[in-house]
Amino acid sequence: MKAMLAAFAMIFVIAVAADFGLEEADFSSQQVQSSPSVRLD
Amino acid sequence: MIRAILIALALAVASMQNALAQEVPSDAPRAETGGAQTLDDILRRQQGLEVDPTFRSEATGDPDSAAPPTAPLGTLGGQSDPELWRALRYGTANVSSQVRSPAATLLVQDEGMWWLQFREGPLRTWGGYFLLGVLGLLALFYLIRGRIRIDHGKSGVKITRFRAFERFSHWLLAGSFILLGVTGLISLFGRVGMIPWMGKEGYATLAIGSKWIHNNVSWAFMLALIFVFVLWVWHNLPDRTDLTWFAKGGGIFTKGHPPAKKFNAGQKLIFWSVIVLGASISVSGLSLLFPFDMPMFASTFHHINALGLPELVGREPLPEALTPHAEMQYAQLWHSIIAFVLMGIVFAHIYIGTLGMEGAYDAMGSGEVDLNWAKEHHSLWVEEEQAKQGAAPPTATPAE
Repeated sequence: MKAMLAAFAMIFVIAVAADFGLEEADFSSQQVQSSPSVRLD
Repeated sequence: MIRAILIALALAVASMQNALAQEVPSDAPRAETGGAQTLDDILRRQQGLEVDPTFRSEATGDPDSAAPPTAPLGTLGGQSDPELWRALRYGTANVSSQVRSPAATLLVQDEGMWWLQFREGPLRTWGGYFLLGVLGLLALFYLIRGRIRIDHGKSGVKITRFRAFERFSHWLLAGSFILLGVTGLISLFGRVGMIPWMGKEGYATLAIGSKWIHNNVSWAFMLALIFVFVLWVWHNLPDRTDLTWFAKGGGIFTKGHPPAKKFNAGQKLIFWSVIVLGASISVSGLSLLFPFDMPMFASTFHHINALGLPELVGREPLPEALTPHAEMQYAQLWHSIIAFVLMGIVFAHIYIGTLGMEGAYDAMGSGEVDLNWAKEHHSLWVEEEQAKQGAAPPTATPAE
């Protein structure tokens, strides 16, 4: 049971880390697809 | 006054007809409509027959020889709106964009309609029926066979079946797969299955949440897939005991159980299904996660064509020049179809690991299974484990 709960917690941690990490690594759609002359903010 | 207007209109129509008659020779195809589609084209389309689209795709204007905007019937840029839209539709328009996506200059993807219709039609329909069919078969199997009991009852002695990291990896894979499956089904069926009863506003929130989960939990699934492969691949290599297991149908409908090592042949099938289909879902998922960066299908189709596989089944060669959109569409369909197949297999796995077999859940619950269960389902593995421990009885923990 502990292994199962730890795994479920790890899923949450990985998901949050992936979301944050990809955003920080400039993998957002905005960063990937817009050019300097396209202002989205 | 009215007579004068009517005469002017008649003259205008007559002059336009003259102009059209001059442009289209009387013996040219579709001469009767001035080159536009005919009743025959419409009827053929309604009957689902092929219609040569070149009369449209090539009618995109000729700015070099077009009348100037100041002349009668002259158009700005030498192309009329319909001609421009045809050029966009058939991919011959010269489009430039500051957006860096390779798909940015493809404004109309005409050939994408089959994808939309397939996704909204056969994919949903047959995918849904497949999952319901698997659930129905499992319910039928339960009614016929009932729960598979431990023939000799529980011994009260436990043996360690899976260590903590094995169970952690299994649940990492299982938990992420369930989340991905549910959110994938929400994305595919939401428009027809959820909006009618929860409204567009409610579904929009759910869809955004589902997308976040689907995109980000995928990494846990891929990581767990690697863990599980490394942990269990050695135990899942085929051997002779599998033939015996299959010959006896796994002992499901007969008395006695065929001998098996740590994993029986049925479990090996599940393992390799999860690894192969899971890897395929992961790769197509990565292609979708990073749009247009990981095109896979043009090269895959090239290899399939080179092997002559389409001809073997009497089909045309697969398209090898795909637009960026088409790459994504093939990836989406492949991702969904393989996911449906894997969901069906996992339904069976969940059934046999919980409701279908007494004592099976303990293997992944506590990691300790009853010795009698282990002897019945994995007799060779128990012998190996006991040999490792010097023939001493396994963990002599009384059952509670």
